[in-house]
Order: sequence, then structure tokens, then C-alpha cells
Amino acid sequence: MKRLINRHPGRVGGVALAMLPFVLALVAYTIASSQRLAENPNDPVLPSLITLTESFLRLATEQSRRTGEVLLWLDTGASLTRLGLGVALAAAAGLLVGILNGSLPYARRTFSPFVTAVAMIPPLAVLPILFIAFGVGELAKVMLIVFGIAPFIMRDLQQRVEELPREQLIKAQTLGASTWQIVLRVVLPQTLPRLIDATRLSLGAAWLFLIASEAIAATEGLGYRIFLVRRYLDMETILPYVAWITLLAFLIDLTLRGVNRWLFPWYAGRSARS
Amino acid sequence: MSRNQHPLRQRLTHLCAAAALFSTAALPLAASADERDSFRIAWSIYVGWMPWDFGEAEGIVDKWADKYDIEIDVVQINDYIESINLYTAGSFDGVTLTNMDALTIPAASGVDTTALIAGDFSDGNDGLVLKGTDDLADVEGQRIHLVELSVSHYLLARALDSVGLSERDVQVVNTADADIVGAFRSDDVRAAVAWNPQLGEIRNHEDAHVVFDSSDIPGEIIDLLGVRTEVLEEHPELGKALTGAWYEIMDVMSGDDAAGEAARTAMAEAAGTDLAGYEAQLASTTFFYDPAEAVDFVTSEQPAETMENVRQFAYKHGLLGERAPSPDFVGIELADGSTLGDEANVQLRFTDRFMRKAAEGEL
Repeated sequence: MKRLINRHPGRVGGVALAMLPFVLALVAYTIASSQRLAENPNDPVLPSLITLTESFLRLATEQSRRTGEVLLWLDTGASLTRLGLGVALAAAAGLLVGILNGSLPYARRTFSPFVTAVAMIPPLAVLPILFIAFGVGELAKVMLIVFGIAPFIMRDLQQRVEELPREQLIKAQTLGASTWQIVLRVVLPQTLPRLIDATRLSLGAAWLFLIASEAIAATEGLGYRIFLVRRYLDMETILPYVAWITLLAFLIDLTLRGVNRWLFPWYAGRSARS
Repeated sequence: MSRNQHPLRQRLTHLCAAAALFSTAALPLAASADERDSFRIAWSIYVGWMPWDFGEAEGIVDKWADKYDIEIDVVQINDYIESINLYTAGSFDGVTLTNMDALTIPAASGVDTTALIAGDFSDGNDGLVLKGTDDLADVEGQRIHLVELSVSHYLLARALDSVGLSERDVQVVNTADADIVGAFRSDDVRAAVAWNPQLGEIRNHEDAHVVFDSSDIPGEIIDLLGVRTEVLEEHPELGKALTGAWYEIMDVMSGDDAAGEAARTAMAEAAGTDLAGYEAQLASTTFFYDPAEAVDFVTSEQPAETMENVRQFAYKHGLLGERAPSPDFVGIELADGSTLGDEANVQLRFTDRFMRKAAEGEL
């Protein structure tokens, strides 16, 4: 049938189609940028692509006039440390609480409504409380990420555990497994790949909380730099930083997906991804 | 199947529909027509700029705009920096800002800006607060929370200078102005620089001491109304209307009578405080209620000295852009026509042109 829904682009065509929106966006940017620059050569809003590239190289290679540090790497190191710690803590808490709530009815009755309620609190709205509880240093930034994404991971994992086929649990019991053994040998192995998936999905939110926490009080970091130079509309720094963050986020997502496929090939095979 | 009867016509219809959709989406970009008898001024909440809100609400701005047969829209922007960025990007013809931000944001970005009105200067509205000590020298080695690259940062640099310290002797922690009050309540924050109304909240904290404030450097943090120079050249009536409106508002708000109190109460409410709170802020602000005072100030030696300090600070912190080879990169014209920095790249101009007209009653 020659219906549109049955037609597929070829290999080359597919790549070309995928590139098309990027190319269009770049062209649109270039046109808008050159229009503004023609009016005011010092216009800060949309620097030319050449300026942006130069600026990126400068940020990545030259020492800052003020502190003598290479800003891009300093900021990237600080931000990835915070992000890594926050996401790792949230994932660990999510795994623990998710499995507990998913497999033990008593735990579920006790904690599940609480987790649901906490998940509804927008962490940014209660920032002043977080300041007082954790200070305004590194701990507060990590905790903001944890508060932001842990409830989501907890709830997601609880659901996944509850979705495990009842037959498996009964079978394990007829084979004489204790609760501890069932959690360790039946529930945990099937939950781990889902944990990685849930973490991947919450990474976007984790970045958001990271940038927000760095905007509030910081001395270095990707979000810190963006909010700092925003004061004088330095898009020459902001746009390369945004592109860099996007690339980092993409690479982290790709890595987690690779890890999942490598550690849990059965899981990757289950979903219809090819 | 009727649907397959006219495939070509159908495709064309779809194509046209898609094209129409895209062109409507693109239309607002193209439709910025160049009618220049209406102007937009952005302002944000701060003690020295509340009069604009009052003038707009009371119709004083409209009255003066009518007199010169133009339209003036006074628009409140919630975020101060955002208001300057919008002005710099071209969305507004004028904006309320300080002398330092006028240099580092629009002027450094190539937007030629004239300081049409010098409304007041901070005389205690910005301050450095330490916990547990009232000695400025104890600031050495501390982590100081402030909005980096703002007038607070400049104030800190001046404070450190006054006791022979430099920024290398402290650590600056960038903290958003909206969060600085909450942050100061946290135990690990021992020092902060802030402006009112946040400064008022912070100094009320037990154990907090203001060790340096803008009354130690009077006249250096000036609150201005900046207007695009080219717009002002083409439409001097805009300058006249704004200046006329401003000094009429000044007249009302400085009065001891009921009208003056009502004006100050309205400004207090718009600023989120009460009359007493607003008058406390007014006490640490030196307003030029009389245009002649503003003319004297702008034509004195002070702006030259201050802008010299400010541009050195701005260059040292990279605020003139990473490509600026020296503090001279951006030229600043003073009211007497002399220039600081590059005469070929003058982007910030102080002038007494319109305020003098107001003082002489010629508006």
C-alpha cells in the first residue's frame, strides 16, 4: 500500500532527514544573527557562529583573566561531581525504598503515601528550608537534586516491583525461598535495569535542579557561569555552555543505555528497540 | 474511493495549508513596523524607581506625554537584570538602572545610552553585613555572599580597598538577590552584601553588623533613567516629557502634605512594604527632588571620579566583554563633553541637558 504510514526513508535519506531540522535551526540562527549584527556590530544577543566557536575554544583552553583557571573544565568538573553525587544518592534511595515499598505490604502501607506526598512538593518552592537544613554549600546542591528526583525513582521502582508476575514470587516460595532471598534473587535482578531506565528518565530533571542550585549560591559550575554572565547578557559564553551541557547530557544518557544493554542483555532484548 | 480521486489537488491543498501555517507563525517577526510616536520604558522595583510606577498609575506620565503629543508606556519588569537585558536587546527605549550596570550591560554591548535623569544616589541602601563582628577588617578570609558582578560586588571592592585588602583576601559566593535573605539565616553564611529591601531584612538578624555601606562612598551608586541615545536625538520630546513627568512626581512625593504621604504610601505598597519601611529606605537614599541639585551633581567632579573607579572595576572583572583590550575600550562622555576612554566608541553619556531645562522651568 502506498500510504504514507507505510513508507520508510532509506539509510541515507534517514540520516539526511535527521540532520534537516538541525541544519534549518542553524540557518535560521545565522540569518537572525547576521541581521542583528548588521544593525549593531557589538550586539550581544545572537553572536555569529564563528564568534561562538572562538568563544568555546577560549573557554576550553585559555586561563581566565581574573582567577587564572580554565573556566570550562573547572565548571564542568564541579557540576558533574554534584550531578553524579545527587543522582547516585537518589538512585540508591530509589532502589531501596522502591523495592521495600514494592515487595513488603507493611512497608508500602507506611511509606508509600508519604513518598507520594513528598513527590508533590516542588523542591524549589521550599528552598529557604533546604538552606537552613543543609546550609548553602555543596551539600545543599546535592540534596536539591536528591529531593528533586528521588521520589520519582522511588515511585517508579515500586510500580515496577508490583508489576512482577505473581507466579514468580509463588514459585520462589514453593522452592523454599525466604523473603530476603526472594528480594535478593528474584526482585533485585529484575529491578536493576529498570532503575537505570528510571535514572535516565530523571536526568533531565536532575540537570534542571543542578542548574537551579548553582544559580542560587555558588563559586563555580556550569549553571553558576550561565547565571553570572547573564548579568551582562554575555551570550558568547551562555550559548557554548548550553551546547556543552546538551552534549554532556546526551553522552550520559548514551552511556547509561550502553551499560544497561551490556549488563542486562535480556532486558534490552525484551523491549522492541533494535 | 473518493479520497483518492484528486491526489494532486489534495496535495496542493495540504501544501498550501502548511505554508499558511508557517507564514502565520513567522508573521509577528516581520511585522515590527517602525511607528515612532510611542515609546516604552522598563522599570523594576527599587526605592529609587518606585516614582515611575506612581507617575504611571496617577496619569502624570500620560499627561506629559500628551503635552508633547507622544505615547509613553511605563512597564514593570520583575527582574532587574532582565529589564536591562530587554532594553539592551531592543525591546525598550529606556530603562531604570544604576551607573555601573549602564556601563557594563548596554554600553559594553554597543547600545549607546544616555543617562537622561540622575534620580538619586544610594546613601546607605547597599551594605556589607558580617555576623559576630563589627570590625570591617575581620572580613579577611571570609566567604562573602552577594550578587556577583553587581553594584554589591563593586561596594565590596570599595570596602576591601578602604582597609587595604583586595578580592584575593576573600572568597566571593554568587548568591541570587531573591535568595540572599534565606541564605543569610543559614549558619554557614557569615557575610553578605545586599541592597534594600533585602539589606533591611539581613541587618535585623541577631548578631548582624553592617560594617560598610554606600554612605561611606556617597554618590558612587547612582540610580538613573537611561534612554537610547539615537532615540533621544531623533525625539527630544521624549526626553522633555520624561523629565517633566519625573520632576512633577518628585514635587508630589517630597511634600509634607497629605498628597505627599499618599504618594509615598502608594509607592511603599507597590514595593511590598509599608510607609514606615519605605521611609526608612528613603532615609538611606539621597533623592534630587530639585532638578537644580541633579544638575549640580551631574556637572560636578563626582561622576568622573566614580566612573573611573567603576570602569577599572568593570575591566578587571571582565564586564566589558572578554574582547575588551583595556578599560578604555568603552568611552564615557561626561556632562561637560569630556570623555573617559575611547572617544571613538562612546556608548554611555551623562548629560544635564534635560534636567537643566526642568530646573529653568522650560519644559
